[in-house]
Amino acid sequence: MQSTYIYFIPGAMKLQKNIAISESGFVFNPGSGESFILNRTGKNILELLRDNKMFEEIIELMMGEYEVDRIVLEKSILDFISVLKSYGLLEKEPASAN
Amino acid sequence: METRKSTFERPVINRVNAGLPDKFGMHSKLRSMPEIDSIPVESLIGLYGSPLFVLSEKTIRETMSDAKRAFTTRYPKVQFAWSYKTNYLDAVCRVFHQEGSWAEVVSGFEYEKAVANGVEGQFILFNGPGKTTEDIDRAITQGSMIHLDHFDELFLVMGCAERLGKRAKVALRINMDTGIYPRWDRFGFNYENGEAWQAVNKILPDSRLELVGLHTHIGTYILSTNAYAVATTKLAELTVRIQRKFNHTIKYIDLGGGFASRNTLKGAYLPGTDTCPSFDNYAEAITASLVNSEIQHDKMPMLILETGRALIDDAGCLLGTVLANKRLVDGRLSMILDIGVNMLFTSFWYEHAVVPSKETSDYTENTTIYGPLCMNIDVIRDAVQFPVLERGDHVVVNRVGAYNMTQWLQFITYRPNVVMIGMKGDVDVIRKAENYSSLSMHEHIPDHLIHFRL
Ligand SMILES: Cc1ncc(COP(=O)(O)O)c(C=O)c1O
Repeated sequence: MQSTYIYFIPGAMKLQKNIAISESGFVFNPGSGESFILNRTGKNILELLRDNKMFEEIIELMMGEYEVDRIVLEKSILDFISVLKSYGLLEKEPASAN
Repeated sequence: METRKSTFERPVINRVNAGLPDKFGMHSKLRSMPEIDSIPVESLIGLYGSPLFVLSEKTIRETMSDAKRAFTTRYPKVQFAWSYKTNYLDAVCRVFHQEGSWAEVVSGFEYEKAVANGVEGQFILFNGPGKTTEDIDRAITQGSMIHLDHFDELFLVMGCAERLGKRAKVALRINMDTGIYPRWDRFGFNYENGEAWQAVNKILPDSRLELVGLHTHIGTYILSTNAYAVATTKLAELTVRIQRKFNHTIKYIDLGGGFASRNTLKGAYLPGTDTCPSFDNYAEAITASLVNSEIQHDKMPMLILETGRALIDDAGCLLGTVLANKRLVDGRLSMILDIGVNMLFTSFWYEHAVVPSKETSDYTENTTIYGPLCMNIDVIRDAVQFPVLERGDHVVVNRVGAYNMTQWLQFITYRPNVVMIGMKGDVDVIRKAENYSSLSMHEHIPDHLIHFRL
């Protein structure tokens, strides 16, 4: 199944090193000292990112697990990733990586 | 055997703030609002479009009877006058007139509306600092109460009455210190500096004028019931002085409007639903001051109230639709609605209660709610914990009955339909949405500007 929208696929989607994710969905960033709380889907995605899964892989894995429209899933994962970025939980992309 | 897939919920991550919980101690879940007076929001939007103003006749009448009960059980002569500027859609005014309210108007246009609604001149109170000679002539001819705002107007009314050969019924608008801020001293004659007394001394010996009442409107969204007690006491003292010096009986004391509605003011620490005094609280302050005053028992004046927002705010909702969600650079979520500040003028003062029309997830995000106008000022809510809705989902903005359907601006978009849900659940369009022709009707293009080539 192909997505009908063409999205910018975020290049670097690596979780910062040392980020701790607890069973109950708590996240601790030792680098900043900040804590976060996740819902179940959020925890799923964060764990997949920690395991270095690529965007397409994450989509496929999540499609297998959840009853969800692909476009809705893609949109919400992209949005989620931008939130992770703004919280400083992802590794910085190398500047002008061309 | 295939296992069933789980239902998907939007992924959410929220920062745990090390500091304090929010000012109410927690984030309470937003209650959705699937229907208004038992009519589904979805079907209202389906039939009448989005955005859509919805007024509940039932809520208007219930609020009005609550207010009437609070005052009439405490004082024998009570009269409400509907403040037209608060909401002058004819259907709304007529509900109030059916409930026995007179009309309180502040312009020639509002006066014409009241007359067209079938209100006789003797039941119209004419306020405001900008009455024209024509306005005054009409008010004198039709026997309305002219509430004088300044000395220039006083002399103008004298001249009109003389020319028409008819005595003008006037009341004095009085401003005063009631212990609250801001003090509205730009309307009427001042109490403390003797200006009001001076006006009394000008009016009473003059055969062209009959001083029928004393009026004040101390401000709007007044949370202090004591301010009303102070205002009532001062008007009662003036009534007594007038009786003593001129042996003239003041027929009515008019306390204006100003009761708070249950909306939350911007920057308020507690929600309006918690801080808004009840009609009973206001009624107690006002009527006790009248009853305990030195006005002679057989000369007690009629008590007039020009309550606006507190009678209509709760009866109005604005329905709208989510156009998009957008992530701002700082990570905050922004939600764009088809409701702009052009139709929700009160979003400049209130933190309006915006709720989803459907049940949503428990997870909320710090969200900024924008309107669709290409203008930076178009913000409906600055920061609110809100569930993430999808494009096409609907929202309900509560308590928009006061001042929106009059102060709305024809700016960038057309004004939408306004419907009223009647007592039996019937829905009527009481103001049709504007369209291109309703607006272009007033424009004219000079001949030399008709043609151009690009
Ligand atoms: C003279 C007068 N009366 C009544 C009102 C209604 O006030 P509110 O909506 O605060 O009750 C107003 C509103 O500004 C007013 O100017």
